[in-house]
Amino acid sequence: MSFDASSARGDLILTRITKEYGDFKAVDDLSLTIPKGSFFALLGPSGCGKTTTLRMIAGLEEPTVGSIHLGPTDITTTKPYQRPINTVFQNYALFPHLTIFENIAFGLRRRGIKDVDAEVNKVLNLVELPHLAGRKPTQLSGGQQQRIALARAIVNRPALLLLDEPLGALDLKLRRQMQIELKWIQKEVGLTFVHVTHDQEEAMTMADTIAVMNEGKIEQMGSPADLYDDPETAFVANFLGQSNLIKGTISGNDGDSLIADVFGQKISLPKNRSHAVDNSIYVGIRPEKFRISLLNTPVNGNVLTGGRIEDVSYIGVSTQYQVEMPWGQELMVFEQNDDGVAPFNKGDAVNISWAPVFTFALRGDEDVTAGSEVNPEVLDEE
Amino acid sequence: MSKKIADATIPTIPLAARFQRWFGRNLIRVYMVLAFTYLFIPVAYTFAFSFNDSGKSNLIWKGFTLDNWKNPCGAPEVCNALANSIKIGLLATIFSTILGTMIAFAIGRHKFKGRSTSNLLIFLPMATPEIVLGASLLSLFLVFKINPGFWPTVIAHVMFCISFVVVTVKARIASLDPRLEQAAMDLYANEFQTFRRVTLPLVAPGIAGAALLAFSLSFDDFIITNFNSGTVITFPKFVYTAAARGIPAQANVIGSGMFFLALAIVIAGQLVNRRKAR
Repeated sequence: MSFDASSARGDLILTRITKEYGDFKAVDDLSLTIPKGSFFALLGPSGCGKTTTLRMIAGLEEPTVGSIHLGPTDITTTKPYQRPINTVFQNYALFPHLTIFENIAFGLRRRGIKDVDAEVNKVLNLVELPHLAGRKPTQLSGGQQQRIALARAIVNRPALLLLDEPLGALDLKLRRQMQIELKWIQKEVGLTFVHVTHDQEEAMTMADTIAVMNEGKIEQMGSPADLYDDPETAFVANFLGQSNLIKGTISGNDGDSLIADVFGQKISLPKNRSHAVDNSIYVGIRPEKFRISLLNTPVNGNVLTGGRIEDVSYIGVSTQYQVEMPWGQELMVFEQNDDGVAPFNKGDAVNISWAPVFTFALRGDEDVTAGSEVNPEVLDEE
Repeated sequence: MSKKIADATIPTIPLAARFQRWFGRNLIRVYMVLAFTYLFIPVAYTFAFSFNDSGKSNLIWKGFTLDNWKNPCGAPEVCNALANSIKIGLLATIFSTILGTMIAFAIGRHKFKGRSTSNLLIFLPMATPEIVLGASLLSLFLVFKINPGFWPTVIAHVMFCISFVVVTVKARIASLDPRLEQAAMDLYANEFQTFRRVTLPLVAPGIAGAALLAFSLSFDDFIITNFNSGTVITFPKFVYTAAARGIPAQANVIGSGMFFLALAIVIAGQLVNRRKAR
């Protein structure tokens, strides 16, 4: 039995990984470096290859081509039990025939660790469930099982902890609570966490770095703020939150800004947020960046005029408007209900304005619906 | 707090409707009593006649005695036959459980060419009439110049028990979440440790059930045994032969004993399960 890989430490480096199932490429030439100590999220819709990627890191699948390194050690073909990597499985996969204590002790016992009792009790205290040591998994609630699954993995102090949709089975409130707790535990134990999820809010809440995956490839990688404020593709713009994408043409240059022509109206946008390859672009603005004003009200920044309010939905913290523009497109606008200004009414003729810095530009040949037709809340595992 | 409505104003439910409701609720109980009566009359009869002071023929009630229970081997050959049946049953159980469990894992867990065909073929011995199976086996043994007797009987029993073992164990394997084994591997258990610590304990109840089933099938078998056992007398063969002269009450004692043993095993199993689940 070779355990030479088990002491490997360092950054996780995936190099040109492809995984094929027959004709289907689940993961397509993917390269990725996950820095040691980070909280990294793989985010994408069902079938994007994120779970397959995770399973290859865990050793439960072998890549068709490509290599996986943990620090300097090549772990591409080592068995799961030879890797210093542990997984929190979707639906937890706690051993039903063992007590909670024995579940957590499982990895320690296999590795021949001496002081099993102390280690298990320490981690049970960390997840605040020491009183459940003697129970069986079926006697625990979903949230408790989730924490035990986490404890069972982190007790081994792996170089890498993989989380496969770990919160998917919990209700919304518990999920939010566990998100905060997971983040805290990650800081506390200082391990590298790789988290797979289809829930963009979950990824943004927890991760330092998010890689958005689509059809076996990474669309974009960066901090949650980078991805949200400066998406490079329509898929990212739509999958991470919502976006208004308006057809336009670059018509000029003004220092650090580009001037774009949008159906006859001029707007400006920062040069470094343009991901276009030629003059044909989609102008992107997040719905909460828009401001609505009645015609003839003076406003600063970019203005698109000639809108008409089509729909008003009051949802407490904000009011959501659908505004029909002269070229027939309906734009989404979220206005905070904090300014005391009376909400606009259906049928009002309005202008839409926003600060130019909030504008991004995508290639003009993008599919503007990419990433928006999937409802990540409904779809489950791959 | 709600105000109490005066008793007189509470609307009453008509008698017919009330009867219908009672009948609807208790129908299942009536059925249950009838079904269990039907199922247990033969057992009760066997048990009652094990106390019959029968003499040679145990057909008519002649009086109560404990002699049969005190001396279950009293009738000639009965305990010899019983011992043979137990020996054959244990051997058939051990071999068929081991082989059947391995087949069940192969079919339930691995993708190979001919898997679905094997899956279908495994049912065939269960569907074949025993009389045909028994006769064919005998001629097969004779072709290979093997005389009927103890070991041919064991081989025959293993053969027909395997199918039942496979079906029982496979059902258990199918209900096993493959992620549990992956989790074990993820937690530093190699293939053997994963099997020993996770797979086997979780499939064990299925294997135990299959073994009990195999034993009772083997112990009970008359037709196939009759063809292949030659001069070896098993318990069912003994009872069959004895029936011509009048079955001794000791047969009832042994039959009842087996019944209570099986009952005890089932109850013990339930208790263990209940404790495990706690």
